[in-house]
Amino acid sequence: MFILSVETWQITLFSLAVGLASTLVILPLGILAAWFFARKEWPLKSVVETFVLLPLVMPPVSTGLILLKIFGRRSPVGRWLYDRGIEIVFNWKGVLVAMAVMSFPLLVRAARASFSEVNPRLEQVAATLGASPVRIFFVITIPLALRGIVAGALLAFSRALGEFGATILLAGNIPGKTQTLSLAIFNFVQLGKDREAYILLGITVVLAFVSVWSSEWLLRSQKRA
Amino acid sequence: MSGPKLHKPSLCLFTILIFLGRAPMAANADELLVSAAASLTDALKEIGVAFQSKSKNKVTFTFGPSSTLARQIEEGAPADIFFSADLLQIDTLDKNGRLEPGSRKNLLSNQLVIIVPAESKLAITSPKDLLKPEVKKIALAEPTSVPVGVYSSKYLEGEGLWGKVKEKVVPVLDVRATLASVESGNVEAGFVYKTDAAISKKVKVAFEVPIEKGPKIVYPVAIVKESKKKEAARDFMNFVLGPAAKDSFKKFGFVIID
Repeated sequence: MFILSVETWQITLFSLAVGLASTLVILPLGILAAWFFARKEWPLKSVVETFVLLPLVMPPVSTGLILLKIFGRRSPVGRWLYDRGIEIVFNWKGVLVAMAVMSFPLLVRAARASFSEVNPRLEQVAATLGASPVRIFFVITIPLALRGIVAGALLAFSRALGEFGATILLAGNIPGKTQTLSLAIFNFVQLGKDREAYILLGITVVLAFVSVWSSEWLLRSQKRA
Repeated sequence: MSGPKLHKPSLCLFTILIFLGRAPMAANADELLVSAAASLTDALKEIGVAFQSKSKNKVTFTFGPSSTLARQIEEGAPADIFFSADLLQIDTLDKNGRLEPGSRKNLLSNQLVIIVPAESKLAITSPKDLLKPEVKKIALAEPTSVPVGVYSSKYLEGEGLWGKVKEKVVPVLDVRATLASVESGNVEAGFVYKTDAAISKKVKVAFEVPIEKGPKIVYPVAIVKESKKKEAARDFMNFVLGPAAKDSFKKFGFVIID
């Protein structure tokens, strides 16, 4: 097998697992939001769209601070969750929340563009044949937009793997518990352990390359199709 | 390639389950979370292992900049102990009533040193040598906000040199960035803590600021008031103040405050 330490495996698998979980969590909501943005009009729609996209451009640390304010024990939301035995701050759930919020816009953007490219006439035809809107959505719209949705999900997954600023604020940097690849790289650099940092950096580059490349490939093949 | 097939999705799920299902080890045994300044990482990891071999309690750490850690505790993050790299952060928390009264100890100190690239032939035997024309640039962590930068500029002020040295100063992000710029040879000298100088082989210590002349650098530690594991936290505090932990701190270059 590879000459990677147990710690390196643990960090890599943890990042992949939470990154995957985060992507699965945002998928239904992201698809729904993207479809609404692509197909529906309502007052102040552009404001809502902009809000959804904000985490993409805001400094991740400030998003992290907002999340910490929301989920900290001192806030009503954090308190409410805490009283029910759910704590987001300083454990893997914090990592998941940070990843999900930060990667959500990428999924929505790609899926939205993909929905816009689906010819509405196909949906209309299905409607005249008596299909229900829900059936049309799942049988016509989603399959036709699938490449874009998967491409967006892959991009969101890559973003989740690279997440740093919001994660360190919300989930802390706890080795073996909340330490992701990005946090571990930061920690090793701080400690002058460049060799360890380079190993994790290599892993990150490979993972990011594969998922971004697949995402791009899907988008390009969709355009050709 | 032999060995476990790591691509299986089941393994991802398995990993998630491991993190979900961390059951408590035994009754009465607590798992403590210590928020600690990043510069303490190596020493505390060693101390953590030693602590767990002696105590029924377990300890985990979250490492980061002291300011971030203080912020998290302020928002009610579930840390049991705060180990800061400077007094300002812990003072603020103390004032806001976030720390267990009477639990605070000023445990460690550090020493300022002047570093030069490992292959440098510069002779710096006193801070006055920084005025030599061969020293063109000096790296220093941001001298208004980052503790090590503040300490260094204060020290030079005390020596009556800051006015002249200031022109050569390149303010950088933090200690790590100071090390990196000295390592690269882009600056002739830099100010860091002794413990930081020890982690790089590409720099050497040219001058150690005598402890009595240098500014008072303090690493305080305290129990967080909201901790649900006070007894275990006291257990760990006692261990950290004990002889075994002190040896570890010394090994990594820290100075013990008695």
